[in-house]
Amino acid sequence: MGPVRESFIFEFLYCHLSLEASCSSVRVLNIAFIPENLSWISFILTAFFWIFVFINAALVGVLALIWGERRLIGKFQARLGPNRWGPLGLFTPVADAIKVMFKEDIEPTLSDKLIYVLAPILMVVPVFMIFPVIPYGAKTFLTNISVGVVFVLAITSINSLSVLMAGWASGNRFAIIGGIRAVAMLLSYEIPMGISAAGVVIVAGSLSLSEVVNNQVIPNAIFQPLGFITFLVASTAELNRSPFDITEAESELVAGYMTDYSSMKFGLFYLGEFMATIASSAIIVTFYFSGWRGPTFIPSEIWFLAKWIGVIAIFIWFRATFPRLRIDQIMSLAWKGLFELSLINILVLALMIAIWPDPSGMQLLLMTLINWVVFFLSIYIFGKILSPNLTGNKIKKRSVIYGLD
Amino acid sequence: MFGIGLLKGLFTTLKNLLGPVFTVQYPNKKVGLIGALKFHKKTPFQFLKSQPTEFFKSLVGFHEVPEYPSQASRFRGQDFNWFEDRCTGCASCAKYCPLGIIKIETTPSSRDKKEGSSYDIDVFDIDIGRCMFCGLCVEACPFDALHMGSGFERANEKRKGLVIPVDELRKAVKTPSTWFRPQMEDKNYKPREKEAEIKDWHDIGRHEQPSDEELTERWVNER
Amino acid sequence: MSTELVTMNIGPIHPSTHGVFRMRVTFDGETIIDAEPIIGYLHRGSEKLAEERTYTQVVTLTDRMDYTASMTNNQAYILSVEKLSGITPSERGVWLRMIAAELQRIAAHSVAIGFLINDLGAWHTPLLYLLREREKILELFEMMCGARITNSYLRPGGVFMDAPDEFWPSLNKFLDEMPNRLDDIENLLTDNEIILARTQNVATLKKDDAINASVTGPMLRASGVDWDLRHRNPYDYYEKISFRRPLGTVGDNNDRYLVRLHEIRESLKIVEQCLDLIEPGPVKPEEVPFLVRPPEGESYVPIEAPKGELGFYLVSDGGIAPFRCHVRAPSLINLTLLRDMVIGYKIADLFVTFGSIDVNMGEVDR
Repeated sequence: MGPVRESFIFEFLYCHLSLEASCSSVRVLNIAFIPENLSWISFILTAFFWIFVFINAALVGVLALIWGERRLIGKFQARLGPNRWGPLGLFTPVADAIKVMFKEDIEPTLSDKLIYVLAPILMVVPVFMIFPVIPYGAKTFLTNISVGVVFVLAITSINSLSVLMAGWASGNRFAIIGGIRAVAMLLSYEIPMGISAAGVVIVAGSLSLSEVVNNQVIPNAIFQPLGFITFLVASTAELNRSPFDITEAESELVAGYMTDYSSMKFGLFYLGEFMATIASSAIIVTFYFSGWRGPTFIPSEIWFLAKWIGVIAIFIWFRATFPRLRIDQIMSLAWKGLFELSLINILVLALMIAIWPDPSGMQLLLMTLINWVVFFLSIYIFGKILSPNLTGNKIKKRSVIYGLD
Repeated sequence: MFGIGLLKGLFTTLKNLLGPVFTVQYPNKKVGLIGALKFHKKTPFQFLKSQPTEFFKSLVGFHEVPEYPSQASRFRGQDFNWFEDRCTGCASCAKYCPLGIIKIETTPSSRDKKEGSSYDIDVFDIDIGRCMFCGLCVEACPFDALHMGSGFERANEKRKGLVIPVDELRKAVKTPSTWFRPQMEDKNYKPREKEAEIKDWHDIGRHEQPSDEELTERWVNER
Repeated sequence: MSTELVTMNIGPIHPSTHGVFRMRVTFDGETIIDAEPIIGYLHRGSEKLAEERTYTQVVTLTDRMDYTASMTNNQAYILSVEKLSGITPSERGVWLRMIAAELQRIAAHSVAIGFLINDLGAWHTPLLYLLREREKILELFEMMCGARITNSYLRPGGVFMDAPDEFWPSLNKFLDEMPNRLDDIENLLTDNEIILARTQNVATLKKDDAINASVTGPMLRASGVDWDLRHRNPYDYYEKISFRRPLGTVGDNNDRYLVRLHEIRESLKIVEQCLDLIEPGPVKPEEVPFLVRPPEGESYVPIEAPKGELGFYLVSDGGIAPFRCHVRAPSLINLTLLRDMVIGYKIADLFVTFGSIDVNMGEVDR
């Protein structure tokens, strides 16, 4: 019960249900009624309550994101988003959900039944497991496992398996091709993500997420810009969002892995993608924007929420601006670009931490400066040397010439 | 450097985010209190006294005000305005229509023959379901009896409802567009303004009605 | 390990074909081996219908052929009618025609660029920025002739009615604002590394191939051939105006996009020069009859439409309707080159190439 009892919010409810003697200082109200030798009942009740709260909060968050994304993209494009259902269009996600549920559930005859049904479930369910682990405030977290970073990275890579299952189980040759391409992209971008996360761990000195936040004096986005950019780009690719959304694009001809899914199974894929966006934003805030830290005149949960919404807005901003890359360009970017950059990042960070193991004040500023110089230098060299062959073409900025009279 | 083009793109999108929205929310848009007061041009107290439920609805942003896109006075609407007292039944409009959608049936007239003989119009059907609103019928009318309308809200659930019969043409509120009628533009006529209904053809026709003195001169003094 | 070729039908209804267009494509993995276009889904028999309508009624048919560029279609047809019947148009009518044609060129190129970038996957953002500018042009057209897209603005001898008084200040306002918006759009698109990576060196069209296939318009100029009918074969008053021709260097998709963007800027300059030179006067000569009855003969006057060289071949037998009216449609002739340009490239490049040729199915099928 050790690591779980560290969680303030868990302990609060547990103590209010149980008559355990060590809880007397935490109790505010006198509603405890479960005797000490049956304390496992209060544990189970508390656990179920908080699971219920977190699952519902995640689902409400997805509804809010559906609405928010469509309105925000509308504003980027100088138009209003949905605004007819409900004030400001707030009932639009409800309308979306009802539409998805009422469609006809078509099942192809050549499909592999068990895997066909399991694939969307596997997309959605693991993502719920990220939310309990993240510290939302100074003492607000549900659990604080000591290997938080590795746990989070492992959960975000389960969706590759789900994509492969969906592509295979459809029984349709274009879905398999689409699924394999998607899985190739997802697996290639796991590696820069993991190596950049290793950079965060080097600075924090521990794998636990609370320690990562507690040890970030300067937000990691400023401290290690190279790691931040690689993690951000790799996250966008993991979420199948623009500019890496080949799996969702109708104009790319080969149908994606989701084609043979209809009604609620498609709804689950859709839900899973949005929930993964929310979860990845929470992870980025924890790793790179120093989580809940901020000036103390506003409670730390509000800081976390504000930063969370900011990172989601950055993802939406990318979607509104960039066109799509081709699949071979995506693979080149991962293996010939982001992989090297993340390795350079981790190398420089490891050297610096080896020289100055416990940085403070002036040493931190010096390290930040070195990191920024390395950032600009490596992007410059990367652009000059690698990019002409990176995307398969020699790209050069070009202009028109004018005809002579 | 490699990412400069991408950054320039991001900043352009950001600039447009902070700029105005281009949508025209036709037919109604939901406004809050400030928008409602601006539209109705009242003070808050007057608004509360005149329409109390709308006042409270506007506090939560549910009050609806109509909004229309801007329309030029020459807009060829999906409507026709016909002035019966000028129509002689010559059917030039029906002959000139490229699609042949105007149907005219006439009988010899019993009216007085002040400006040439005319016919009584029994049937004058215009089928909007196949019309392309090119305005050649209006161009062809030698007597300025047929004008294009300025409305566009003529949707109907049945295909038969898209045929405009002669009774509707007679009784409709006439707000013709100024397409191919330069004399209306000289008088600065704008069909979308509040009191733009035309009741007398002489306000918009090409010929001026002769004044009483001229009539006296012509019929009395010239005998 | 052997691979097999896959033949797939990209149906007439597809989100990325500009209209109803069908292709039968054969791939080997991701590379395209063959692409066979199948057209005719939008055939409406315009050329036959034109034989039963008078010369002025045919104007309404011509606006519906290339429905994104009605004014230039009207201009091509009316020039042919005027040559056939020997009418000299009035001066103010010609200047108004030229202003309308150049504004229409800006609108048509905006649609072309916007939908090209949309096919690249940029979720409608640059498309909506360009369509916002096109809305302003369509409002100007509404002021001039009552309709936004299928204007039948031109008549033999000039224009049907003079522009109203509120048109000129709006036009000046539009001309002042447009260069800033174009700079905005160029910032978003031209140097964007993703667009450069997707469109450079893809579907290259060499000079000789372009000339041999009788390609015209911005596609020809993007391959480096210096040919613009407004300079070589001037019609209306284009000799009195000076403007430049943007040319491409390599002939790939990126060049076709850049040529269209710069042509928009040149069109703005042309409109400004026309505004300086226009004089008040009648817009249609008095002696042009209501029903034009040209003597026997034939005529063909090609113009530089936004998509290429557009011309109406009219044969008259002395009646009130043309005996034969044939349209040289630039989209159809440019489309014949799609297959050769796309063989050897990847699936994802197919729609981008199709978008950069800028085809309008109303013109291809007529």
